[in-house]
Amino acid sequence: MDESVLTDHPRRVTPRRRGGWGKRLAPYLLSLPAGLWLVLLFIVPLAVMLVQSLETCSPATGLCTMTWSWGELPHQVNLYHQQFITSLLFAAAATVIDLVIAFPIAYWIAFYGGHRKNFFLIMLLVPFFVSFVIRTIVWEFILSNNGIVLTFLTRNHLVPSGFHVLGTSYAVVAGLAYNYLPFTALPLYVAIERIDRRVLDAAHDLYANRTSAFRRVILPLAMPGIFAAFLLTFIPAFGDYLNQEILGGVSNTMIGTVIQNSFLVNFDYAGGASLSVVLLAVSLLGIWLYARLLGTSTINEYL
Amino acid sequence: MGGSLDTTDESRSTAGATTRSDHPVVVCLEDVTKIFEDAPAVDDLNLEIYDGEFFSLLGPSGCGKTTTLRMIGGFEEPTSGRILLGGREVTYLAPYHRDVNTVFQSYALFPHLNVFDNVAFGLRRKKLTKVEVARRVGSILEIVDLPHYEKRKASQLSGGQQQRVALARALVNEPTLLLLDEPMSALDAKLRRQMQIELKRIQSQVGITFLYVTHDQEEAMTMSDRLAVMRSGKIEGIGSPRDVYDSPSTEFVATFLGASNLLAGTLEAASGALSSVTLTDGTSLSVPHERVPALAGSTTLKVGVRPEKISIGVAGTSVPAGHNALRGRVRVSTFTGVGNQYLVDSVSGTELTVYAQNIGQELAPRSGDEVVLTWPIEHTFAVVPMTGSNDEESTNDEE
Ligand SMILES: Nc1ncnc2c1ncn2[C@@H]1O[C@H](COP(=O)(O)OP(=O)(O)OP(=O)(O)O)[C@@H](O)[C@H]1O
Ligand SMILES: [Mg+2]
Repeated sequence: MDESVLTDHPRRVTPRRRGGWGKRLAPYLLSLPAGLWLVLLFIVPLAVMLVQSLETCSPATGLCTMTWSWGELPHQVNLYHQQFITSLLFAAAATVIDLVIAFPIAYWIAFYGGHRKNFFLIMLLVPFFVSFVIRTIVWEFILSNNGIVLTFLTRNHLVPSGFHVLGTSYAVVAGLAYNYLPFTALPLYVAIERIDRRVLDAAHDLYANRTSAFRRVILPLAMPGIFAAFLLTFIPAFGDYLNQEILGGVSNTMIGTVIQNSFLVNFDYAGGASLSVVLLAVSLLGIWLYARLLGTSTINEYL
Repeated sequence: MGGSLDTTDESRSTAGATTRSDHPVVVCLEDVTKIFEDAPAVDDLNLEIYDGEFFSLLGPSGCGKTTTLRMIGGFEEPTSGRILLGGREVTYLAPYHRDVNTVFQSYALFPHLNVFDNVAFGLRRKKLTKVEVARRVGSILEIVDLPHYEKRKASQLSGGQQQRVALARALVNEPTLLLLDEPMSALDAKLRRQMQIELKRIQSQVGITFLYVTHDQEEAMTMSDRLAVMRSGKIEGIGSPRDVYDSPSTEFVATFLGASNLLAGTLEAASGALSSVTLTDGTSLSVPHERVPALAGSTTLKVGVRPEKISIGVAGTSVPAGHNALRGRVRVSTFTGVGNQYLVDSVSGTELTVYAQNIGQELAPRSGDEVVLTWPIEHTFAVVPMTGSNDEESTNDEE
C-alpha cells in the first residue's frame, strides 16, 4: 500500500529517497553566476561608494579619512544643487521627447510590421551597435560650427550668422534623447505588441472612434510599457555626463559631469561618493513617486 | 443524434416557422466576395435578413461564417460586392459608425477594465448619463446571471462567465442588429439552454435582429426563424429550419443538417406530380417533382430520406399506398431508450439508418432479419451528388 502511495506522489517523496541534496541545491547553484555577478559588480561597488561618502578627503593631499559622518553631503548639495536641477530637467525633457518619438514607431512596428517586425526593430537598433562615445562624438562633428548642418543653414541664410548649436542645452537634450531612444522604444514595443487586436475591434464595435479607442484601450494597455520605458530612459539620462561633456558647455553642466570630475580630476572621492548617494536617493524617490501616481497600480492590474 | 431529433421537432414550435419576408430588410449582402491571400473565404454571397428575424449561419469550420460577420460588422472590407444595413450602403463604413454590435468568437473583453466598465463601454461612448448607464448595466448583468461580478476583472472570470459578459456588453446597447459568433460555445448544457431562452426573450422584447453563428445544429434549428447552411464561402441551403431540414437542396445540406440516407440512382421520365428514380439494383422510387433539383445534362442523382421518416417491417409486409419501399437486411439493431436505431443493408448496396420510436408495440426486428423499409413519398427528396474531393468536410463532426 505504501508503494502505491509512493508512485502516486513521486514528487513529494523523491527528495527523501534519493539525490535530495542535489535537487534541493539546484536552484541555488543555477542562480550562482548571476548572484556572484550582482554581488561583485553591483552590491560591492555600492557599498564602497556608501562607505566613501562617509569619509572626508583633503583637497591638498588627496588623502581620505573615515569620519563616519555625512559631513560632505550637505556641503556638496549646497555647492551643486543647480547641476542637480539641470540634470533633472534635461533627463525629463529627453524622456518626454523619447516617449513621443518612440510610441508611434513602436506602435507602427507592432501593428503594421507584419512578418518584418524583427527587421524593423534591428533597423531601429543598428546605429546603437556603434559605441556610445563614438556616436556622440559624431554628433559633435555634425553639429559643430563647421559641420554640414550649420554650414548648409548659414550658407542659405536660414539662420543668422553666429548661430550655433553645440554648447547649448538643446544640444545636450537632443544628445540624451538620441542616445537613449532604444531604451524607450523596446519596452514600448513589447507592451504594444502584447495588445490583442481583437480587443481593438471590440472597442470600435462599441462606438469608440480611433481617438477614443487609443485613449481608452491602447494607452491603458500600454501603460506598463510606458512605465518601464520611463524608468529605463530617465534614470540613466539623469546620471549621464557624456552628452553634456561632448555636446554641452559650461552653462549647462549636469551632475554626472560633476561627479566624474570629483573622482577623476579632483580626486575628491568623498565628495563624488556623496553626490552619487544623493543622485541615487533622488532617482529612487522619483521612481517611488511615479510608481505611486501612475505605475504600480496599472502594473498590478496585470498580475 | 438518436432520439434528439424528435425533441427538436417539438421544441421548434417556440421559434415558429414564420417568415418575415414582408418586414423591411435589415442586412443585405450583394455578391459579396472576400479573398484572403488567394483563396476566397466568402464567395459571391447574396443574403437578405429581415427586421426582427433570428437568423442562423451554420457550417463546418473554416467555411467563412466569421468572415461574413466581420464584413457586416465593418472589421473586414469585402474584396468585391456591396453590404447594406437598413437600406444604406455601409460596405466601407467604419465599425463605430454602424448600429451593429458583435459578440466575438474570442470574447475580446477589455483586460484592463472590470465587468461593469466592460459592459458600460458602449453606453459611455454614446454619452448616456451615469444613472442610465448604471441602470442598464445592472439589469443586463442580472439577465446574464452575473449580478455580483461588477468589480471583477475579466481575467478573473471563467470562460463561460467571460462569454456572458461579452454577450451583455453587446446586448446592452440594443442595436438594430446583433452579430453573435458562437456566443455559447463555452457554456454547459443547462446554462446554454437558459441563455437560449433568455436570448429569445430579449430578442422579442427589444426587437433586435439576430445574426447568429453556431456549430450546434439543434441550437440553430430550435432558435432560428430562418437559417443558412454555408460551405466553402457559399450558401448551400437557406430557409426556415423545417424547409431546409425536410427538403435539403444539396447533398451537403442533407448530411450536414441532421442525418440523411442517400441512395444513388438515375432519373427516369416524370409522370405528373411524381418523378421516378431507378436505383442501381433496379428498385424504383418516387420523388415529388418539386423536390427534384435541376440537373445540368446528367441524369444521375441521389434520393434521400431522413432516418426518422422510415418505418421498418418484416419482409413481406404490404406497402401502403403513396409510400416508397426498399428491401434490406438488418445489420445492427441498437436500443437507445427513446427508440431503436437500425443499420440496414439495402438491396441496392447502400447502408441505411432507421430510427424507430419506442412506442412499445410490435417486436423489434433483430440483426439478420429480412425487412422492408417504407416511407411516405412526400418525405422523399433528391439532391445532386456532391462532386470533387470535398466530401470529407461534410461529416458531422459536432456532437
Ligand atoms: N485574416 C485572415 N487572413 C487569411 N486568411 C483568413 C483570415 N481570416 C480567415 N481566413 C481564412 O478564411 C476562411 C474562413 O474563415 P472563417 O474564420 O470565416 O471561418 P469560420 O466559418 O468562422 O470557421 P469556424 O467555425 O472555425 O470559426 C478560413 O479558411 C480561414 O483560414
Ligand atoms: Mg468562426
